[in-house]
Amino acid sequence: MIRLRSVARELWQVASIPLLAIVLAFIVAAVVVVISSTFTSTGFDVFLPFGAYASLLAGAFGSGTALSNTLVAAAPLILGGLAVGLGFKAGLFNIGVAGQFLVGAFASAVVGSSLATSPTPVGMPLAVVAGAVAGAAFGFIPGFLKARTGAHEVVTTIMLNNAAVLLLTWAVNDLVRAPGFSFPRTGDIGNSALPILLGRNVHLGIPLAVLTVFAVRWVLDRTTIGFEIRTVGQNPNAARYAGMRPVFITALTMTLSGLLAGLAGAIQMLGVIGFYAPGITASVGFDSIAVALLGRSDPIGILFAAILFGAFRAGAPLMQIETSVPIEVIDIIQALVILFLAADLIVRRVFRVRAAKPVISELATVTQTWAGGTSPAEPS
Amino acid sequence: MEVVGTLVRLIWELGVYLVTVLPDLLPIILALATPLALGALCGVLNERSGVVNIGIEGIMLMAAFFGYLTGFALHDAMGSGPSIALGILIAVLVGALLGVLHAWLTVSVRADQIIAGTMMNIAAFGVTGYLNRLVITPSGRGGAGVITPFHLPDQIANLPLVGPILVMFFDQGPIAMSLVFIVIALQLALFRTRWGLRTRAVGEHPKAADTVGIDVYRQRYLNVILGCAFAGLAGAFLTLESTGSFQNGMTNGRGFIALAAMIFGRWTPIGAFAGALLFGTATALGVVVAVRVPEGDLGGIMRSIPSYWYAALPYLMTIVILAGVVGRSTPPAADGVPYVKEGKG
Repeated sequence: MIRLRSVARELWQVASIPLLAIVLAFIVAAVVVVISSTFTSTGFDVFLPFGAYASLLAGAFGSGTALSNTLVAAAPLILGGLAVGLGFKAGLFNIGVAGQFLVGAFASAVVGSSLATSPTPVGMPLAVVAGAVAGAAFGFIPGFLKARTGAHEVVTTIMLNNAAVLLLTWAVNDLVRAPGFSFPRTGDIGNSALPILLGRNVHLGIPLAVLTVFAVRWVLDRTTIGFEIRTVGQNPNAARYAGMRPVFITALTMTLSGLLAGLAGAIQMLGVIGFYAPGITASVGFDSIAVALLGRSDPIGILFAAILFGAFRAGAPLMQIETSVPIEVIDIIQALVILFLAADLIVRRVFRVRAAKPVISELATVTQTWAGGTSPAEPS
Repeated sequence: MEVVGTLVRLIWELGVYLVTVLPDLLPIILALATPLALGALCGVLNERSGVVNIGIEGIMLMAAFFGYLTGFALHDAMGSGPSIALGILIAVLVGALLGVLHAWLTVSVRADQIIAGTMMNIAAFGVTGYLNRLVITPSGRGGAGVITPFHLPDQIANLPLVGPILVMFFDQGPIAMSLVFIVIALQLALFRTRWGLRTRAVGEHPKAADTVGIDVYRQRYLNVILGCAFAGLAGAFLTLESTGSFQNGMTNGRGFIALAAMIFGRWTPIGAFAGALLFGTATALGVVVAVRVPEGDLGGIMRSIPSYWYAALPYLMTIVILAGVVGRSTPPAADGVPYVKEGKG
């Protein structure tokens, strides 16, 4: 009994701020919805948020289809969240998940479509690996640059996101355009698709993503590399004096982070989209940041946070259809969640919680290395 | 030897080509550089006082939207000129207001500065996308209109050498035209006035500044708010002076290129302006190659590079410049470090 209570207290310490941040975000977003309801055809409506949130819940959990949509939407967010979270652990902020996701999706579409008629056990794993490797390569670039030159990953990854969109559009137009379509796109992935396990759309990528959660957890908690990553994140200078290699760890962590984001792109491509065409939007990029922060960059926390945001993404279309509240309200909620996590003082004041841990302590390292302030390359 | 000869000839041809197109290109370069330079000035003012702001992108986007919304809503009632002027004013105000938010988060609450900026970017994307779908799209009306740029008389524009440069700075709308004055004013203010000295003091050594009686919090608030007002002006430029319409996410990474321009310019207004011009030139090159193709082998090579690569050039250049410059330039010493007054835990 006493044990149970201490577990509950521990859980409350870890989860209270994220949970209360979500509650607060929904309350503030409701105010936004009420105020902006004056612009809709139905006019000012105080009860609009209740209807909107009810449809959101129904779209996310209301039926078997809704539930499976939530899982499908959560899968890339689990991997994207892990990508950002792993970066945080090493004191790195990978805002490049969107680009790495696209590169991964593109690579798996190209490999998948060229093996479209091969048996699934051949084409599918190769396409998945292609996506992961492409993402890793794309993550290596900012990691290497940060490690060698101190160019901060916050700017380089964003720039790579923009460049990726343009260069992939070029690649689809000029390099791998499939014949016989009125718009530029790759061929269909055919047999390389991830098998559907359940219902209409619950694909193999979902258990794969969950397995990856435990793999990342194992690497972080049980391996030397994981220990080095965490030490570099907590204090790069201490890590250096302890004989670790912050430069190597920085490049490696960004590469692994890119690998996870590329994997997210691969499973989305092979499990949901089916072919690459310019204009594939990657809301996964921003969502992953929110997921990682909400999960305190802990793999298990990220799993739950990803399912939650998957639910928002899955439920939002129904909300927009039934109540004409734009789906972009999810982006607003997301920003508010991040706001209340960054400024957890607000949450602590509003809900009068004291016993809670800070959200992510390694974030201090991210800001310290801004503009090469204390870049890992500096003293060497 | 033959390869070297060809290379030399190609570089020569490129030089000749650039010199011939440059006069026509100059006004475009300044227009493309304007939002980048204003964003970079925002970064300079913030970071000189010790506050990191990666939310410039979001602030620009929000200001661009609300400025546009104002111009759009009042267009029919007030006519194009006054509504646009009011739109610019609103955009600057929105920028300043978001500056208050950023200052409060970073200076008072001491939230993580990078996360606060990230929040700003995501919030801007969400809020503008939300309101765009709710308010502007359904109305199906035309835009807010744009400011008609000023034109120098031909006698001046056709002057040799001076003409093209005057055209560059004065064949512009009001925001781009005032840019160069803003840059010079800020350069002087930052390095020649008491305010500038105080700003640099709280950015380099806040504790020392505090002991000599400078209010660190007040100085940082002031700088962040003023800087973000310039980011707001950059937003106004995008919707009210440059394009005359609003698209979701239209800032397209400009806020981050601005940060690279700031670092390139070593945290000085004039340097940041030079950085912005460099990025503007890279972008303009992609535009002009499509319109005026050079002759000979050079033309063949330039045409064979797909337009998407030209479009990606500013982004790739940002990365290269950051990688090349960062190690050799020093940010303000207290950049990104929240200040805790003694006795205030």
